[in-house]
Amino acid sequence: MPKKIHVETTINGKPMEFLCEPRQSLLEVLRDEARLTGSKEGCNNGNCGACNVILDGRLVNSCLVLGPEVQGKTVTTIEGIASAQGLHPLQQKFLEHAALQCGICTPGFIVAAKALLEKNPKPSEEQVRHWLAGNLCRCTGYDKIIRAVLDAASVGA
Amino acid sequence: MTTLANGFKVIGTRPIRHDGVDKVTGRAIYGADMQMAGLLHGRILRSPIPHGIIKSIDVSKALALPGVEAIVTSAELTDPGNRIAELGEGAVNLKDLSSNCLARGKVHYKGQAVAAVAAVSPNIAEEALKLIVVDYQTLPHVTDVRAAMRDDAPLLHDDQVTESLGQPTGKHSNIAKHIQFKKGDIDEGFKQAAVVVEREFHTATVHQGYIEPHNATALWNADGTVTIWCSTQGAFSVRAQVAELLAMPVSRIKVVPTEIGGGFGGKIRVYLEPVAAALSKKTGKPVKITMNRADVFEATGPTPGSYIKVKMGADKDGKLVAAQAYLAYEAGAFPGSPIGPGAMCIFACYDIPNVHIDGYDVVVNKPATSAYRAPGATNAAFASETIVDELCEKLKIDPLDFRIKNGAREGTRRADGPIFPLVGLVETLEVAKRHSHFLSERQGDKETRRQGDEKMGSSPCLLVSLSHPLLPRGRGVASGFWFNCGLKSSASASVNSDGTVSLVEGSTDIGGSRTGIAMQLAEALGIRADEVRPVVGDTDAVGYCDVTGGSRVTFATGWAAYEAAQDIKRQMITRAAFIWSVTSEEVAYENGSLRCLVDDTKRLTFKELAEKLHATGGTIVGRASVDPQGVGGAFATHIVDVEVDSDTGKVTILRYTAVQDVGKAIHPSYVEGQIQGGAVQGIGWALNEEYFYNDQGTMANASFLDYRMPTSLDLPMIEAVLVEVANPGHPYGVRGVGEVPIVPPPAAIANAIYNAIGIRMEELPMSPGRVMAKLLAKKRA
Repeated sequence: MPKKIHVETTINGKPMEFLCEPRQSLLEVLRDEARLTGSKEGCNNGNCGACNVILDGRLVNSCLVLGPEVQGKTVTTIEGIASAQGLHPLQQKFLEHAALQCGICTPGFIVAAKALLEKNPKPSEEQVRHWLAGNLCRCTGYDKIIRAVLDAASVGA
Repeated sequence: MTTLANGFKVIGTRPIRHDGVDKVTGRAIYGADMQMAGLLHGRILRSPIPHGIIKSIDVSKALALPGVEAIVTSAELTDPGNRIAELGEGAVNLKDLSSNCLARGKVHYKGQAVAAVAAVSPNIAEEALKLIVVDYQTLPHVTDVRAAMRDDAPLLHDDQVTESLGQPTGKHSNIAKHIQFKKGDIDEGFKQAAVVVEREFHTATVHQGYIEPHNATALWNADGTVTIWCSTQGAFSVRAQVAELLAMPVSRIKVVPTEIGGGFGGKIRVYLEPVAAALSKKTGKPVKITMNRADVFEATGPTPGSYIKVKMGADKDGKLVAAQAYLAYEAGAFPGSPIGPGAMCIFACYDIPNVHIDGYDVVVNKPATSAYRAPGATNAAFASETIVDELCEKLKIDPLDFRIKNGAREGTRRADGPIFPLVGLVETLEVAKRHSHFLSERQGDKETRRQGDEKMGSSPCLLVSLSHPLLPRGRGVASGFWFNCGLKSSASASVNSDGTVSLVEGSTDIGGSRTGIAMQLAEALGIRADEVRPVVGDTDAVGYCDVTGGSRVTFATGWAAYEAAQDIKRQMITRAAFIWSVTSEEVAYENGSLRCLVDDTKRLTFKELAEKLHATGGTIVGRASVDPQGVGGAFATHIVDVEVDSDTGKVTILRYTAVQDVGKAIHPSYVEGQIQGGAVQGIGWALNEEYFYNDQGTMANASFLDYRMPTSLDLPMIEAVLVEVANPGHPYGVRGVGEVPIVPPPAAIANAIYNAIGIRMEELPMSPGRVMAKLLAKKRA
């Protein structure tokens, strides 16, 4: 077995260190080492977006990033979206619009939508659909997800 | 609490689901999230060939790899023998179920499980798989239903004898079963027809496509009891299946259903659960197995590819007089395709005096098919609803008027026998006919189309519509039918001292159902939805519950919650009578309050009485177990506008409206969600999705990228129109809503494509290549 690598990083605003094998993905590290299981594995090859996290301000599929690559970087996961003051407006709007059914894709959609609204606070429907095309949902047909994101944008999420 | 216009206080409102916060914050625990001390990771070795005999399996090198703790093969599962058991998902042949978990002597499809490894990490388990040596004797394979039916086809099962109309024929073939439904006189019927249309259809194998791969974690304890945590549509069904496969009593198995990331019928049969249990038994440690996406495509689900021939005839007044169908469904590796429901549904939307239906269940070297949302009905409706559209065209009758004239109503007898109770097909057609979508301009000049776009208020793919404003556009409609199941459900509900109720029910919740069940309890008790705290119980925590399937949960488990509320009410009345020193007959329960009928000054709200329970004899627990019979049927009518790119064959959905009889919408948002999600699965089935098999019998597109389910960019908003024809067989009028919305889309889209370019599509999916081939053929002709 290859020697484990010591990695220092910031996850959800808190400094963190972990040991990981060179071959472990960021998704594996988040789930198995940091025990942050909110990021989900749907495909493990970057096709479904269920493992989306924000890495130094950029939306990525954590299954396509290696654990050692986050050395010195900043990672935001679904667990870092709400605050002690309560839910993020995107999370609230997902609930109000019933924008989830089984919920397995929901963390990825919320993280992706947050990354979108940080770049473009007032997206059109078409822009939301384009941005979220990397996130698969099999339950909702996307209708209520798109409405939730547009509504969150309208209240200044 | 205010009473709504519908006469209810809770039903018909849209409260935030009880499990919502956990799911938007990433805290909800799904099966793959299970962590526990000493957990081992399991991986499955799968067959690289579609058909062959396993001559030997050598695991010695793999066992020697550091970190590997155990390996199991089918030798570790009890041989259940060739017998049929009722395991909560219909009858199952245990020999086939066992072989599908770990192959016994033979492999019947590429991807079939052959051996399993438990190791200290997933990566080591995967390395160990490469060290297992399996010697196969390759056999010829067959992956197409019609090829498999030929006399010279390679046989999957040497001992399989075709059964026809319930009797063994003595003939060995890949046809497991032939069924037949007859009504009237088919030859006489066609003699009365002024117009007859006949066509052949092919549909591809498609997958349920849930985003969460299958998983199971098992702990075989030193006392011989087993606990299994897994994502399943039915904890009790998993318990029954594992009990049979491991030859142990159900009482020694506890199944804990975790949150589940989609199922659509595909998470009822066990794949990993008995294997994880066998590995845990061998190691004495908990073992977690998860599938990867390719495993999910190649070894679970899918729903059948099919060949269907349909002939229908109508008289000159547009009355259907005869209908005939031949359906052949691919069962996959083992018998059990949904040919029965397919054959029952194919003409179920219509009142037709003369019908003849033949159905064939055929094994092929593909994964064993599983249920998928209205199993069998979508294939069938693609064929029959396309033929109906063509009849309307030839008779020059509006397709909705034709369906209203011929539509099934209360009292209509289906070809397979049953007579419909009160159903709402005609109501969906009437609503569709008045809907702005159906009334809007269908085709016309450029300006009209632009206005039409604005009216839609949703976003067809702009790249296409702006660059090619004159691409052909068309509109199609189609209807669909699917059954509702009743089956058994249990619930118990405890009154808390603060006036809330903790509800334990046994239906795993895939789409918000625990809230719909809690709302029925709240309505019955006269309290708010958020004053009920629902949880899904494990198999030791709640009474027996059948699977989350058959569009039955809100109907049947909701009914159990309703009955548990009646039980609470009876006990609350007794308790109030005790407190007031009157008889129970002198107490009334009204609007969430108790009132003394002989002393007007004596009143207690639900909450006030709840506070007094501990001091007056203890808490109150309501309970119910039901097996309701009053199921309704579900009907839907969909309208779709498409644009066809004549340079590429790509079909774009411009507008989509799904009208459905939902009985009574308990939580309208989640009813709409079922309709929207089902319609979009149907759109994917219609336009993109398909298992591509190469000549080696291998699925060539076993990834989300290549299988290509619809994304947000492929779709407009999906308008769900709820029609409420209350089901008289349920206390609140509930019908099952989850499955029927997948039935109409392929036919509706095919009809819209015809309307746009004058070409009848006879094969699913109607991918750009297939549409382009038809366009080029038309051009040449």
